[in-house]
Amino acid sequence: MGNSINIVKSRAVPIPIENIDTDQIIPARFLKATTREGFGKNLFRDWRYEDGDEHRPKIDFPLNDITYSGKILIAGKNFGCGSSREHAAWAIKDYGFDVVVSSFFADIFKNNALNNFLLPVLVSDPFLQQLFDEVHKNPAAEIEVSLEDQYIKIAATGATESFDINSYKKTCLLNGYDDIDYLLNMKQEIEAFEEQRV
Amino acid sequence: MGKTLFDKIWDRHVVKTIPGGPSVFYIDKHFIHEVTSPQAFKGLQQRGLQVSRPQQVVATADHNVPTIDQHLPIKEELSRRQVEQLKKNCADFGIELYGLGHPFQGIVHVIGPELGITRPGMTIVCGDSHTSTHGAFGTIAFGIGTSEVEMVLATQCLMQAKPKLMRINVEGSLNKGVFSKDIILYIISQISASGATGYAVEYAGSAIRNLSMEARMTICNMSIEMGARCGMIAPDDTTFAYIKGRKFAPQGEAWQKAEADWRTLYSDADAVFDRELHIRAEDIEPMITYGTNPGMGIGVTGHIPELGEIEEREKPSFEKSLHYMGLNPGEYMKGKKVDYVFIGSCTNSRIEDLRMVASFVKGKKKADHVEVWVVPGSRQVEKQAVDEGINKIFEDAGFFLRQPGCSACLGMNEDKIPAGKYCISTSNRNFEGRQGPGARTMLASPLTAAAAAITGEITDVRELI
Ligand code: SF4
Repeated sequence: MGNSINIVKSRAVPIPIENIDTDQIIPARFLKATTREGFGKNLFRDWRYEDGDEHRPKIDFPLNDITYSGKILIAGKNFGCGSSREHAAWAIKDYGFDVVVSSFFADIFKNNALNNFLLPVLVSDPFLQQLFDEVHKNPAAEIEVSLEDQYIKIAATGATESFDINSYKKTCLLNGYDDIDYLLNMKQEIEAFEEQRV
Repeated sequence: MGKTLFDKIWDRHVVKTIPGGPSVFYIDKHFIHEVTSPQAFKGLQQRGLQVSRPQQVVATADHNVPTIDQHLPIKEELSRRQVEQLKKNCADFGIELYGLGHPFQGIVHVIGPELGITRPGMTIVCGDSHTSTHGAFGTIAFGIGTSEVEMVLATQCLMQAKPKLMRINVEGSLNKGVFSKDIILYIISQISASGATGYAVEYAGSAIRNLSMEARMTICNMSIEMGARCGMIAPDDTTFAYIKGRKFAPQGEAWQKAEADWRTLYSDADAVFDRELHIRAEDIEPMITYGTNPGMGIGVTGHIPELGEIEEREKPSFEKSLHYMGLNPGEYMKGKKVDYVFIGSCTNSRIEDLRMVASFVKGKKKADHVEVWVVPGSRQVEKQAVDEGINKIFEDAGFFLRQPGCSACLGMNEDKIPAGKYCISTSNRNFEGRQGPGARTMLASPLTAAAAAITGEITDVRELI
């Protein structure tokens, strides 16, 4: 991938809806590509445009609302549920987000995000509410996320919360490694394991 | 302390545990399909890698295939390209493909079990969230993303953190007209679409034990709809009888050995779960969903919650959902007009589902205004339906028996539900636009769907049987 993540300081785009499933993030009819690139233009396709027509953006949808921008997406609880399609993570990353914040992530989505250097930041329900309130009040509010020190901070108020990430994944993200590199280095151990099972 | 079913299978497959991190987890069987695999093969090519254990990988084409005229080239160019790419990748990397035209072709979660590829004690993955289906056989089976598909192709392993464990006990006997689909829709309505996130779920209890294998698959299939990593049921005589004699099932001495081992796969009496739920089978009635996630389900005689019954934080999502569905808080679902009926998908497209629908529909006719599609899960199911004369019954009733594939379960192939139309569907997801942009999906059991096909509206099937 040739990628890595550490500190992201940016404005944020709020989508305060719960249970956003991967069919909303990227509808099935856009999954026909055989490459990983270019999914960003169809991110939230059916929420973004009237009747799916890209010449008729829905102005009140946050991605179309020019008051909001930035590399951080803030979404309601249970983000990324439903289909395992990694295209959802590719679309969010391709659109330009590096971080997704929610108070609950679906498992497969979280793994897919991590495998694509898109950082899922899990916060408490009250902190999520603070983030929504702050960004709605002041769309220019700066949010700071540090992977190294595992915190998320609202710059203006100083409100901070720490988040969890397992140490293996953290090392991968900070250094731009992926799981395949790790597993390929284990080839002999895997083969020995196969031998011993037969 | 005893071990759970999950622990027993997990422990057998851990190659190594990274301190403070995930485990290197060995995968026995890897299913692939055309939508989530092309980028993984591309990744292998870019890294100059081969598929590590091609004989442990099985491929089929299901999401993008048309369900009529399958002998003709796929009309939609991008779909055709994806299916052709799969064919090429399988040829290049030495993987068995049950593609269009092959007698074993079908929805990936239907063909694995019916061919005897899915067997107790295994670890199974697929780039598809409904891989949980295979857990009905006492396997650890879960969906993965495309990067993980690439990992498994390259190394036959995954990095996995061990999930928490939940047991859901369903005790008692089911009411008339209530089926396994109703059990799982009921469970999800109780614990919500995220209620099992982070957990592996084992289903147990007398009501589960009494189910057939195909009915068990329906339950495990929808585990992901409450966020579970996987769903599983301990194998028993029902399981062994189902597997025995299937195409890839072990035979002779190998069978004896395998069965003896499978009989050790259950949760010990003193095993401890992180969470345990108890459900009374008697409390379940035929279910129907009214909203846009599978947790938004009610008994067919019940009403949609009033706004006052919804938590403040959840109100915007609830209202958005009802707005999409064209429904109001407090309304009854029974009697609502239905435009389409879809009987199919990896949840309910097996021969038992078709038989159940056929025996109910025999001698009846569909309502004039309703379009009814029955889509078998595989070529083998289709063949069996024809052999048993089920196709005739459907034809007489005005039901359209199509060819196997995912069909209208997801708006990706040619079979889509038009915007604004109401579809009662035996599939697993009622998300906005899932069956096509603007389509309004109501999930139900095959029998509740069949009843709606006959009356043209949401019906309590118990009044008709
Ligand atoms: S039938 Fe539906 S849920 Fe099942 S694999 Fe196909 S698209 Fe996915």
